[in-house]
Amino acid sequence: MAVSPTDPAVYCRAVTKSYVSGPTKVMALQGVDLEVRLGELLMLVGPSGCGKTTLISVVAGILDHDEGECLVFQEDLRAMGRNSKTLFRGQNVGFVFQAFNLLPTLTALENVSIPLLLLGLKKTEALSQAREMLERVGLADRLQSLPAQLSGGQAQRVAIARALVHRPRLIVCDEPTSALDAGTGQKVLEVFRGTALAEDRALIIVTHDNRIFNFADRIARMEDGRIVAVESQVAH
Amino acid sequence: MLIGDRGKYLGIIMGLTFASLLITQQSSIFTGLMTRTYGAISDLAQPDIWVMDPKVQFIDDIKPLQDTELFRIRSVPGVAWAVPLYKGLLKARLEDGNYQICNVLGLDDTTLIGGPPVMLAGSLSDLRRQDAIIVNDVGASTRLAKPSRVPGGRPVPLQIGDTLEINDHRAVVVGICRVSRTFQSQPVVYTTYSRATTFAPRERKLLSFVLVKAQPGLDPQTLTRRIREQTGLAAHTAQEFKDLTYDYFMKYTGIPINFGIAVGLGFIIGTAIAGQTFYNFTLENIRYFGTLKAMGATNGILLRMILLQALLVGSLGYGLGVGAASLFGYLLGGTELSFRLTRELLVFAGSAIGLIIILSALISIRKVMTLEPAIVFKG
Ligand SMILES: Nc1ncnc2c1ncn2[C@@H]1O[C@H](COP(=O)(O)OP(=O)(O)O)[C@@H](O)[C@H]1O
Ligand SMILES: [Mg+2]
Repeated sequence: MAVSPTDPAVYCRAVTKSYVSGPTKVMALQGVDLEVRLGELLMLVGPSGCGKTTLISVVAGILDHDEGECLVFQEDLRAMGRNSKTLFRGQNVGFVFQAFNLLPTLTALENVSIPLLLLGLKKTEALSQAREMLERVGLADRLQSLPAQLSGGQAQRVAIARALVHRPRLIVCDEPTSALDAGTGQKVLEVFRGTALAEDRALIIVTHDNRIFNFADRIARMEDGRIVAVESQVAH
Repeated sequence: MLIGDRGKYLGIIMGLTFASLLITQQSSIFTGLMTRTYGAISDLAQPDIWVMDPKVQFIDDIKPLQDTELFRIRSVPGVAWAVPLYKGLLKARLEDGNYQICNVLGLDDTTLIGGPPVMLAGSLSDLRRQDAIIVNDVGASTRLAKPSRVPGGRPVPLQIGDTLEINDHRAVVVGICRVSRTFQSQPVVYTTYSRATTFAPRERKLLSFVLVKAQPGLDPQTLTRRIREQTGLAAHTAQEFKDLTYDYFMKYTGIPINFGIAVGLGFIIGTAIAGQTFYNFTLENIRYFGTLKAMGATNGILLRMILLQALLVGSLGYGLGVGAASLFGYLLGGTELSFRLTRELLVFAGSAIGLIIILSALISIRKVMTLEPAIVFKG
């Protein structure tokens, strides 16, 4: 699957997704059109419940949509078998969560090495690459700390290191700064722009933290399960 | 890549330890008891074959033969020797006037074949003296012991030179021996066959068993068949007679059921505790399982993770439980309690714990396998 630089990283057309819980049916996505380009940081904003999390779950391959077309690096994830989709995620997608989701019994270094171990790297090799990544996000002195011993900003930087360490081409983040105070949120976004962004990589950040909007290349606004506007930001 | 908190781990390990302890300990006591059922047969190493009434079902089920059967058996070709054995419960009157039922064994007067496996004091040949008996050490120091001279003091063990009355006949202790524990905990008294028959109440038939040795080179199985055919009596090799006795206790007593219930209870409680805790622990960590899944951990990897964890807690629980059971057995080694922890039992307890952790892990595995990774973005 050769991807030319001009192909979008993510391509969505008329994507729908509904949740059925008992008698009620919630239309979370009602025909989403979206393209995310390589080398850009796209922010997805909108009121709570408008479908942001659902959309990035579909794009990241952890949720199947109902109708429409969704291609990630030219691949239709919905058509893949469960195992190959899991392996695709392991290779191509990095995740950053609001609650960090660091494994509490593992050190920062071990947490960051997980994606590499899952890809089959030897432990020593995985640990050395993980160390390098943690150094790049400014945590060289916290390698052996457990998640509980880290501040919120440090924990999120470990999570970012974990999302980047295996060089995935797509990184999805769901409200990565909402558990952090304003100053720390800014610093984390600086780390994102500094280490995550690259020519061959796309970054989607869901947020309603307007203080970090200035870090985005483009901002897509969602309402009621649809993208209603996409604004380009200039000047960085 | 183990996840989880220490408290939960301890909980699971304790549950498994408890199950493993209960299963090992109860089945060891059971095996110990069952070994006792044929202790009296094990103690008699010399004969190859036991001949008895065809209706006899186990070692303590005495259905005496006529003395003349002894000569019929001796005339079966292939018999190297055949000696009589008296075995019966007789009342002994102690010095203080109390009565005590004793398990009396009467050995062939000339050869004394069938004597105790270990002599602690005196010698077997002393049985040839007048009114002589040999008493086992446990009996001598417990049920046959003489009352203390000082009120409230410890009873004084029966010693060489002390006398008893067995069915109004004088009996003099000439030796103390040690025997395997039997199912009956009565004192064991050895004497000669002829003296035993004078002790015993007058009856037409007193010959309990005939002990037979096959001629060298002759298969005991062949000889048992010949004895059966020629005399119409039952003839068993020592092992067959042990099996017969063992089977009788298995089939006709409540012992296996009682122990089975205890072992089953250990199994169920262990499964419940371990399974419950294991499952809780999986639920509590479901976010991390989801995270691993999102990051590309296949079901195969997660399965191996859970099984590894289960194996770890399983081995720890098993080891601790078996250790505790052995300690229990060791501490109670000198008492009346039977305890026999065999290699087979270790394997048995190991399999039981293995089954428990597999059952426990199974529900967790099911949960994790069907887990939708989309949960990771849920606040
Ligand atoms: N698993 C689910 N089951 C049922 N309804 C859901 C589920 N997840 C989300 N929803 C509903 O779908 C809509 C969109 O949710 P979500 O994508 O989480 O929005 P956002 O992330 O923008 O807050 C909401 O109305 C929410 O209640
Ligand atoms: Mg959301």
